[in-house]
Amino acid sequence: MTRILPRKDAVIVGLGWTGSIIANELADEGLDVLALERGPWRDTATDFNIGYAQDELRYAIRKDLFLQPALEAITMRNNPSQTALPMRDYGSFLPGHGVGGAGVHWNGHTWRFWDSEFRINSHLTERYGAAKFAGLDLQDWGVTAAEMEPYYDAFEYLCGISGKAGNIRGQKQPGGNPFEDPRAREYPLPPMQMTYAPTLFAEAARTLNLSPFPTPSANLSGAYVNSLGVAMGQCTMCGFCERFGCANYSKSSAQTCVLPVLMRKRNFELRTECEVLKVELHRSGNMARGVTYVDSSGEEFFQPADIVLLCAYGLQNVRLMMLSGIGKQYDPNTNEGTVGRNYCYQTNCGTQVFLEGKELNPFIAAGSLGQTVDDFNGDAFDHGNVNFVGGAGINCIPTNARPIGYRPVPPGTPRWGSAWKRETARNYRSTLSFGCQGSSYPQRSNYLDLDPTYKDRHGRPLLRMTFEFPDNDIRMSHFMSDRSEEIARALGGRQHTTSRATKAWNSVPYQSTHNTGGAIMGTDPTRSAVNRYLQSWDVNNVFVVGASAFAHNAGKNPTGTVGALAFLAADAIRNRYLKAAGQPLVAA
Amino acid sequence: MTSPPIRSGSRRELLASVAVTSLLASASEAGARGYSGSLPFRTYSADPPRPVLPGAWVFFTQDEAVAVEAIVDRLVPADDLSVGGKEAGCAVFIDRQLAGPYGHSSRLYTQGPFLPGLPTQGYQGEMNPAQRYRAGLAAIDAHLKREKGRGFAALPAVEQDAFLTRLEKGEVTLPPGSGGAQGFFNLVLQNTMEGFFSDPVYGGNRGMASWRMLGFPGTRYDYRDWVSKHNQRYPLPPVSIMGAPEWSAR
Repeated sequence: MTRILPRKDAVIVGLGWTGSIIANELADEGLDVLALERGPWRDTATDFNIGYAQDELRYAIRKDLFLQPALEAITMRNNPSQTALPMRDYGSFLPGHGVGGAGVHWNGHTWRFWDSEFRINSHLTERYGAAKFAGLDLQDWGVTAAEMEPYYDAFEYLCGISGKAGNIRGQKQPGGNPFEDPRAREYPLPPMQMTYAPTLFAEAARTLNLSPFPTPSANLSGAYVNSLGVAMGQCTMCGFCERFGCANYSKSSAQTCVLPVLMRKRNFELRTECEVLKVELHRSGNMARGVTYVDSSGEEFFQPADIVLLCAYGLQNVRLMMLSGIGKQYDPNTNEGTVGRNYCYQTNCGTQVFLEGKELNPFIAAGSLGQTVDDFNGDAFDHGNVNFVGGAGINCIPTNARPIGYRPVPPGTPRWGSAWKRETARNYRSTLSFGCQGSSYPQRSNYLDLDPTYKDRHGRPLLRMTFEFPDNDIRMSHFMSDRSEEIARALGGRQHTTSRATKAWNSVPYQSTHNTGGAIMGTDPTRSAVNRYLQSWDVNNVFVVGASAFAHNAGKNPTGTVGALAFLAADAIRNRYLKAAGQPLVAA
Repeated sequence: MTSPPIRSGSRRELLASVAVTSLLASASEAGARGYSGSLPFRTYSADPPRPVLPGAWVFFTQDEAVAVEAIVDRLVPADDLSVGGKEAGCAVFIDRQLAGPYGHSSRLYTQGPFLPGLPTQGYQGEMNPAQRYRAGLAAIDAHLKREKGRGFAALPAVEQDAFLTRLEKGEVTLPPGSGGAQGFFNLVLQNTMEGFFSDPVYGGNRGMASWRMLGFPGTRYDYRDWVSKHNQRYPLPPVSIMGAPEWSAR
């Protein structure tokens, strides 16, 4: 039997980056806010304890902080003609779990998407004509970079991002990213001290007339007191960032930036180990009544609420909409439907340069300590003479040298035995790696829906992911491999090797936890799930916040934009929705 | 003496739930863990790993252990760079891992139906790592006794290497449930490397042998004094979660 609980003004599903930012904003507005989190409470001193946080086996290999497939798996296939099977262990991407979500174990690359990304369809049509991207379902997001600027600024000053501005109010800044759109002010902290490998990479890039700059980093270059008054410490470059919680209060996360303030607010409540099963709708279908959830004892509750915010990992937001009947399931055969469409990923390639006689000390590292070249990202360069759209950031960001996972050896080296060991020891400290993080553009057969066969522990269908790298993106990535080879040659060294993207996305080797789309924002209620304020087109008091809203994915890490979208949604609720509760903020 | 398996996420979550229920500011619901008005904190709620201690085998039979020790000593042979896999504790590491949550796939999705998958869909077998070792080692033993008249550990090193190479290439037939010869070889290779390169707290990498070989400083934590010393080798020896031998030397 389901127990009915007292009403809340707002219920938030998932307490990661977006949930904590919005909860804090709505609590400031005076609302009675409840967050429901499927995983456990997690905090720095107890769960990312300095005495044992630097444990590669436990956190990076056995994936201690991540979502366990036993709780929720996803099925996958490369195209609709195949039978999807469950990823029995997550490999290609690793969703987070518990308070803080994926923001606990991110690396901290904090980008702003460009105006040419938010207006991608209009921009590319104006510059090249629509035929240039035929077959790709590129849509404008409904916002501009100028409209997003204050929200990016809010997120960067919440985090204490270390970086160098490239464009302040239209004035180009030496040493920053020359391709970024205008920002209101400098980053809150200066760039991190540069390690040796990115320094060599930047020198080589400059000889090719490229424009390297320090990667904007949520690993703090110095002590910082953030916009909420929370103090953080300087990063010690321990090399245990991605897949780990930071033991040093030096990596921006809900734990280090928001929760010390949010948790003290009397009009905020958090319930952990409570899994939301469904958003319950009124009979009219255009308003939610609240959510049904189950706690760890198996007891089921109905939590009534005036506003429901889906702030789980993007893929889980999409699944919850499908399980709740919010929006219309996308059908690739008809190209109709709003939920599940425009699922995108990231199209990567990588280069290793085997230097001789250099001491790179690769273990002196942080998740975002490095240099980036954006000359070939997005539409920073003229695509008139190439057979693709999109691009990639070229990143030399050696995040770690943890030896179970990091053992670079030249191609052809045996995997075991004396020759393997000799090459492993020879190349460990002197191999320079860099990679291209490429854009991922939507095509009709890449989508999300509910699996017809496999169920979770509650008997609900798993999410089914159908994904293959589009031809356009493969061509883009090959172009980037060629550019990488030029940089590798400029770096010199004994030998180098560059990977080339191939078809058949493989769910096993780790690639990127940048899953985007499925509940995209947009201007057309028949081709997007939420409006420009992240409000559901179909259910007026439901907001869906996260990378699920990305209409495509750029050659950049998503978290900066995810954080900015959380501030955008909070602003829309505080200053628009509450004045017209229950009403659509954009006329459908 | 044996050590308990390393902890699983679910035990931690259970402990957390027991601890926090008594803290409830709004204990209106029996099964919920609610927090409001303060930042939750409980002393002694951290969950450090439990060091693996040498001693009797926990998962392996004696015969299995002898074979695994011989295998890891060929995958990671002793030479002038480091001790071999056996002396480094790789077999002990694998034994304890197989006895714990990893060996039983307790965090993985293990519901059926089990169908043969595409390479892009990953391992779709029904057997967990513990079962794969049991079946795979038995099959290798039977195969070698039939072919050579003795088990893996009794072969000369050259023949051991030749057999491992045949496994790696899939030229030996193993029961399909174990993932086949290549799948089983990859599993053993992965676990051996985990044991050789992980923190010594889990029973492998004894004396931080692999970290000394590479020049990996382990859990040093703070490199601010060396970040600007480009092209100069980091000078300090490694440290593990359990400390370093130098600390107790005097």
